[in-house]
Amino acid sequence: MATTLNTGLEKEHLEHHAHVHDHDDHHESFVSKYVFSMDHKMISRQFLITAIIMAIVAMTMSIIFRMQLAWPGEKFGFINALLGDKWGKDGILDPNMYLALVTIHGTIMVFFVLTGGLSGTFSNLLIPYQIGARDMASGFLNMLSYWFFFVSSAIMLTSCFIDDGPASAGWTIYPPLSALPEAIPGSKLGMTLWLASMAIFIVSSLLGSLNYIITVINLRAKGMTMTRLPLSIWAFLITAILGVLSFPVLFSCALLLIFDRSFHTSFYLSDIYIGGRPLDNVGGSPVLFEHLFWFLGHPEVYIVLLPALGIASEVIATSSRKPIFGYRAMIGSILAIGFLSFIVWGHHMFMTGMNPFLGSVFVFTTLLIAIPSAVKAFNYITTMWKGNIQFTPAMMFAIGLVSSFITGGVTGIILADSTLDINVHDTYFVVAHFHIVMGLSAIFGMFAGVYHWFPKMFLRMMNKKLGFAHFWITITMAYGVFFPMHFLGLAGVPRRYYTNSNFPMFDNLVDINEIVTICAIIGALGQGIFLFNFFYSIFRGEKAPQNPWNANTLEWTTPMANIHGNWPGELPTVHRWAYDYSKPGKEKDFVPQTVPLEEGEEDGGAH
Amino acid sequence: MSLLVLLALVLLIIAGHQLLRIVELSRGLKKTKEWQITDSDNNMMGKAMLAFMILFLLFFFWQVNRWMDRSLPPAASEHGALIDDLWDANMWLITVVFIITNFVLFWFAYKYRGNSKSKAVFYPHNNKLEMLWTVVPAVALTFIIIFGLKYWNEIMDESKAPDKVIVELYAKQFDWTARYPGKDGKLGESDFRQITGINSVGMDTSDVAGFDDLIAKNEFHIPVGREVVFSMRSRDVIHSAYMPHFRAQMNCVPGMITYFKFKPTKTTAQMRKDPYTVMMMAGINKARAIENKEPIEFDYLLLCNKIRGVSHFNMQMQIVVDTKEDYEAWISKIKAFKPLAIKQ
Repeated sequence: MATTLNTGLEKEHLEHHAHVHDHDDHHESFVSKYVFSMDHKMISRQFLITAIIMAIVAMTMSIIFRMQLAWPGEKFGFINALLGDKWGKDGILDPNMYLALVTIHGTIMVFFVLTGGLSGTFSNLLIPYQIGARDMASGFLNMLSYWFFFVSSAIMLTSCFIDDGPASAGWTIYPPLSALPEAIPGSKLGMTLWLASMAIFIVSSLLGSLNYIITVINLRAKGMTMTRLPLSIWAFLITAILGVLSFPVLFSCALLLIFDRSFHTSFYLSDIYIGGRPLDNVGGSPVLFEHLFWFLGHPEVYIVLLPALGIASEVIATSSRKPIFGYRAMIGSILAIGFLSFIVWGHHMFMTGMNPFLGSVFVFTTLLIAIPSAVKAFNYITTMWKGNIQFTPAMMFAIGLVSSFITGGVTGIILADSTLDINVHDTYFVVAHFHIVMGLSAIFGMFAGVYHWFPKMFLRMMNKKLGFAHFWITITMAYGVFFPMHFLGLAGVPRRYYTNSNFPMFDNLVDINEIVTICAIIGALGQGIFLFNFFYSIFRGEKAPQNPWNANTLEWTTPMANIHGNWPGELPTVHRWAYDYSKPGKEKDFVPQTVPLEEGEEDGGAH
Repeated sequence: MSLLVLLALVLLIIAGHQLLRIVELSRGLKKTKEWQITDSDNNMMGKAMLAFMILFLLFFFWQVNRWMDRSLPPAASEHGALIDDLWDANMWLITVVFIITNFVLFWFAYKYRGNSKSKAVFYPHNNKLEMLWTVVPAVALTFIIIFGLKYWNEIMDESKAPDKVIVELYAKQFDWTARYPGKDGKLGESDFRQITGINSVGMDTSDVAGFDDLIAKNEFHIPVGREVVFSMRSRDVIHSAYMPHFRAQMNCVPGMITYFKFKPTKTTAQMRKDPYTVMMMAGINKARAIENKEPIEFDYLLLCNKIRGVSHFNMQMQIVVDTKEDYEAWISKIKAFKPLAIKQ
């Protein structure tokens, strides 16, 4: 019968792949192992290290402009040393460069660090490991996705050194400011390079996302049903779907801007008089740009946040020695957040002049998205209830993530209300909100992931005391930077102002600005502890055991050596969900997913 | 001197290196690994979590206590008062949620700090609890949505006031111009192709309605108790007309006209006597005195609130809210001073 024949061939085919290929036909050179690697583990390390370097650059930029904001007009040798006489003459930050730094800081942090560095690192590392696959569906596309990311980063950094300065219209680069070179120097070559860099970044992101989706759907090991997947994989999967659907819209948005800038089209331009003459462009609208940009822009922040939340689920469950509370509800929340994230983008546009009725629709949908977010926060907290919490540095950052997710999330409720947004739109109230959810919550997720999976990435352990020190400095200083900003917003201080001293109405806010900057400087220096710990431990850290955190997921069943194909023999078979921690009747307080169910035992992932 | 510094640095690096070597060598001697989280670690960190929670909440209250009074004064417009009430209600709600959830989070971190003798409770799910904290937020949010949208519709609706005042705010890099419709009550059409030095707001000189339009720079006046409808235009890039004291903001977009309306409720003179304003200005003037700047009086302001170029931080215009009589007097004076009509 035809079916038997097919099944027979299929079975043989699977058995063949279950054994790793003999390595004689796979000789690796330095270049193919370390540079153009197609191994997901190496690629994840590449993403991480590139992201760390980009983060150092972006953080340094923020210190420069924070110093200008706290002490305007003061001369700083530090600023002159970094920016030279052109942009930092006499140690004072040039106003054009201020806007440029603010723009590039935002661009690097949102895209390169929190998207490339979070998704790129952890989706690559964990998807094949946690679903029980040899590698990603396409190692080649994966390799390309990293190298496009690298090229994109290189172009973005290069744009900072050109004569007219990098893009300066804010990371949101609204036209006409970003379309007209006469409007601001950064809109000349700098803006062109920004668009080139982002176009390549989008390619990188799409290649990665497609790979992640196909791998999760097709390459799960035997027994790994969708409802036995760890929540990290669910998060990475939905994130990848969001990326595939929304980044192409940013691409189109950028493409139309390139056309307006270089080919005399009028998608975004109309009725403009600049540089002493009226422009020919008629009929376009900047609001079109805003719709296209934010159609990506909003899912983007969930692309940033969902992986962090997924990582938190794993770290909190493992460290509390308890199953994640409400596994199904957590999956539902991820799906709900993913879906809703596509229909809320207009809350960035309440004051753009778009039809107010449209604004109302977005108020409704945005407040809806608060519900699954709240469910997740409450579930994390309940996971810790009656747990046996092990305070690894990863767990501490995960707790910090939950705290800042709530703190930042609740101000989102204020901003979601268009009526309340009228007076705080584009003020420091918004800056406080998004930094607390991204510059605390999401980055804490990234730190938690690094501390937790460092043993798998580098086969060594990081130093825990330095980890504790890093955590406490970071959480205290980060809150010290961004919490006071709410009060600046309440006082009416606009975003992206080079200085507030031109407005007497802000003269009594100097001390708030100073506290923010001082905390920023200390916090930035504190990251040095992490950098030292990270790089030192790669080479001289204590050798890691196979399963240092006594966790259940599949990555901890691979041997402590970087082998192609992850498992030296057969692929693991999965019998249970990932959260059998402290299950009654079990000898140890954890039961890996590969352990078969006992007689009469129910699988948590099944009900 | 710098040689000494260099020497000190080199010695520091050597000392650091030796310290690391000692740490590495002593690894073999210890029973527990450095990276293992011990009972003592958990105890200490658990207590630190509790301490952090207390300090964090104290920090929050300290900030509120110290900086709440730096906020904008109570709204000086009719709809603004509604916004302030809605704001307060929302802030109370989220502050309570913020305090309670952070408290519970860090309390659990402390209370359930692990040790080698304890065992966690296997508690994977509870549908009733999930229902509870899905439905309760949903209900709270429903109220927020209903009230927010009710006010939004009122604020954004077209003005039906019979005695409304129309003012155009024209934004360009890097200043504001205000234009009034004059006696005919109609603003003249605009044509950006006709912008010249004299015709800086780009009026269409063929439109008769524009012949009596009035231009004001540096400051513009509006009457108390009458609805003012602003129409906004921009010459070059996106700007934003932000009038925070009135709870008003709207982008100025090249290629379209945008609108915002409000009814001022306090004249500049009244505002200057308002207790909150007096206190706020005292604080501002105290800070100014430290910098050797002269004291100033309160003024309503129009700021630009959308990034638009190098002087983004320096684009403001003074707003004066007059009594109805003073407003009429001011407006009639402008007419005499700056006739705009370019005779055909």
